[in-house]
Amino acid sequence: MSDLTEQFADRIRAASGPLCIRGSGSKDFYGNAPRGEVLEAGGHRGIVGYEPTELVITARCGTPLAEIKSALAERRQMLAFEPPSFGDAATIGGVVAAGLSGPRRATAGSVRDFVLGVKLLDGEGRLLTFGGQVMKNVAGYDVSRLIAGSLGTLGLISEVSIKVLPLPMAEATLRFELPQDKALDLMNRWAGQPLPVSATCWADDSLTLRLSGAGTAVESASSALGGERVADAAAAHFWTSLREQRHAFFAADGDAAALWRLSVPSIAGALDLPGATLVEWGGAQRWIRGGSSDAPRAAALRVGGHATLFRGGDKSAGVFQPLDPVTQRIHRDLKRSFDPRGILNAGRMYPDL
Amino acid sequence: MHDQISAAIDAATRNALLSELAGIVPAAALLTADEDLKPYECDGLTAYRQVPLAVVLAADESQVVAVLRACHRHGVPVVARGAGTGLSGGATPVGNGVVLSLAKFMRILEIDPLARTARVQPGVRNIAISEAAAPHGLYYAPDPSSQIACTIGGNVAENSGGVHCLKYGLTVHNVLKLRVALIDGDIVEIGSAALDSAGYDLLAVMIGSEGMLGVVLEATLKLTPKPQVAQVVMASFDDVIKAGNAVADIIAAGIIPAGLEMMDKPATAAVEDFVHAGYDLTAAAILLAESDGTPEEVAEEIAAMCAVLEKSGARDLRVSQSEAERLKFWAGRKAAFPAVGRITPDYLCMDGTIPRKHLAHVLTRIAELGEEFGLRCANVFHAGDGNLHPLIMFDANVPGEIDRATGFGARILELSVDVGGTITGEHGVGIEKVQQMCVQFSREELEAFHALKAAFDPRGLLNPGKAVPTPRHCSEYRLIGSAKGATT
Ligand SMILES: Cc1cc2nc3c(=O)[nH]c(=O)nc-3n(C[C@H](O)[C@H](O)[C@H](O)COP(=O)(O)OP(=O)(O)OC[C@H]3O[C@@H](n4cnc5c(N)ncnc54)[C@H](O)[C@@H]3O)c2cc1C
Repeated sequence: MSDLTEQFADRIRAASGPLCIRGSGSKDFYGNAPRGEVLEAGGHRGIVGYEPTELVITARCGTPLAEIKSALAERRQMLAFEPPSFGDAATIGGVVAAGLSGPRRATAGSVRDFVLGVKLLDGEGRLLTFGGQVMKNVAGYDVSRLIAGSLGTLGLISEVSIKVLPLPMAEATLRFELPQDKALDLMNRWAGQPLPVSATCWADDSLTLRLSGAGTAVESASSALGGERVADAAAAHFWTSLREQRHAFFAADGDAAALWRLSVPSIAGALDLPGATLVEWGGAQRWIRGGSSDAPRAAALRVGGHATLFRGGDKSAGVFQPLDPVTQRIHRDLKRSFDPRGILNAGRMYPDL
Repeated sequence: MHDQISAAIDAATRNALLSELAGIVPAAALLTADEDLKPYECDGLTAYRQVPLAVVLAADESQVVAVLRACHRHGVPVVARGAGTGLSGGATPVGNGVVLSLAKFMRILEIDPLARTARVQPGVRNIAISEAAAPHGLYYAPDPSSQIACTIGGNVAENSGGVHCLKYGLTVHNVLKLRVALIDGDIVEIGSAALDSAGYDLLAVMIGSEGMLGVVLEATLKLTPKPQVAQVVMASFDDVIKAGNAVADIIAAGIIPAGLEMMDKPATAAVEDFVHAGYDLTAAAILLAESDGTPEEVAEEIAAMCAVLEKSGARDLRVSQSEAERLKFWAGRKAAFPAVGRITPDYLCMDGTIPRKHLAHVLTRIAELGEEFGLRCANVFHAGDGNLHPLIMFDANVPGEIDRATGFGARILELSVDVGGTITGEHGVGIEKVQQMCVQFSREELEAFHALKAAFDPRGLLNPGKAVPTPRHCSEYRLIGSAKGATT
């Protein structure tokens, strides 16, 4: 477990062209196609500190997500944003850089909500520390949260500190047969009540809902809501397959077909789009499979959201929703301030970043 | 103490700007007379005062944009201001600069019960949002103790927290979208009504940016369903360290209380005298631990917490038996600052966050420093998240006391950094802690902050001199710091 920070810094300083930062490559499919010489960050690994009673874990970027999850599980804790790994080798650096959260996101929060601090190598190879290991910290701009989801375009995350939470005492999964409109309405109504809902998924006229919390709360909510109780093992399998996109919905047409992720206000009605739909996050995240056009982008925009060409399809028009001119200018200036030579994961998010 | 911040603006520029401002807002909304400016010369950090060139009470977006454009064109600094309850001097005016008050932006534009969101103007008071949402069984979770007065614009700028943020998050976890005016008058929407947006997370950068990146014109906030019931346990300890360990024990038991707060003896004494909450005055520390949720859930959690607290050596436990009693227990904690304000002419409120395992060491050092500086100190502690508020008592009319108080404060902040914490958990750096930024951050990190700022405000006109020190400022501070170290 050697410290590779210096090596990375040298690589960055010596680089004369684009560098592609890679943890395990499990998310190579995500974003615009990676380009440039590969900088393998996976070797810089290991949990640096874990304080269960302070609710914080600190790890080097190459630490496998699986290692972190099992260290936490030993103390009955978890990463509450339930990140997908998309492969056995996923690293924590990649998790934070990609900024993807799983089924629990709508109620628990996203990756950025839990990032407390980062050590970052910027585009000049300078090692910068932002945030820290404490839960409340407003000294300086909140760069650590900015880094979450920035796809490695602002710097190489060499180490990250993340807030963790206790595992719920109890869980139950319920299933309801419902059309999409009805499911969307119910998910929003339930979210407005003090119920321990921790995940929702609607697909194929079936709404699956997970309750997590104190035993008594889960039991009383589960009898109040009704539906069909899913057996524990089947439920665990279901939520994992949803998180990892191994659920039948995602597997249907293979990796080359377009899979769109639409992030929309949860109350937006069913979107009128060709292709199959899967709804998560209480209505705030919708997956659209198939369809080759840009229609999902326009549909998301109409309801105040945005669309990402998550997998497959034709990436030539860009993967992420285009930004308005002022926001775009700020993005360019931020990129230039962290990576003046524009070498880190160049183009992975937008062509000019 | 260091110098007040002032901009070098010549008389011709001043006059030109003032006449332009007079064309933007009605006469009553442009304050320039000394007696009118006086109320704006400081915020909650009253030790620092500076009269601005003018105060503009803007009433709508077009006025804000026009004021910003005029100031930008003339190179005159602008300081946005909400209710002025900030405790770090974030809203302290800049000499020769303009204070842009958002106090007239008081409208709650929309409460959407199904989407669980509130769209509000920046001058809306924190508590008014929860009041407006209450008929729908919803509330706005972050609850700073100043919530009756402070504005959502100020909350966004400081990333304010409250006694319930261990479970429900800080401002940054509860804002969905901001409409922001940049210094050049451009308007930008950051975030969205969805849970995320394309590109960088600019929302994370804007929240907590202390009014230095843009002026918030509108905020869309997340509302939370009101729990069916809440109950609080009050535990007394005859040792502060035991109380600190009890906090760790609760978390180790897998419980995230809705609130977890601690006060030491001097703090309880001040508070009890003020609000008569029924606190145990003989205890070295008291702990308030709240549970909320369904009645069954709360009963289960309260029982679990009581068991842990007893095992951790609590001397006495009292569980609130009614909503009125629960509010009474909290009233004391929420009034801690004004209560201390009653027993001393002046006080400084520190705001470091520390890894909780260092609590014993930090409290011991604070007590030693109190002796060294000859000043009293009461400690109020957001125990769950490690955010410590030592309240340093002094009398500004006694020559030298204010310098001793700021010296004492500076040492506490440096101590927080030494144990791996931070100089500010929720009140912001402002002017108050700008020098300690040199202790917490390297030259390169500060440069990165300046570069980030330049992406929004390249000429550095929004709230200049606050929060992020210049490298020169730091090298001077380090020189003085080490010289001090050599003589003491
Ligand atoms: C008794 C007391 C108790 C307190 N308790 C807490 C607490 O529990 N938790 C906590 O976090 N804080 C607390 N505070 C601190 C303070 O109330 C908060 O920082 C609050 O958010 C400040 O809001 P304000 O409207 O008064 O802002 P101001 O003091 O007016 O301004 C604060 C900062 O915000 C900027 N600003 C204001 N409006 C805007 C806008 N529209 N756009 C851009 N920038 C803007 C200003 O430039 C300044 O930098 C307390 C203060 C007091 C006096």
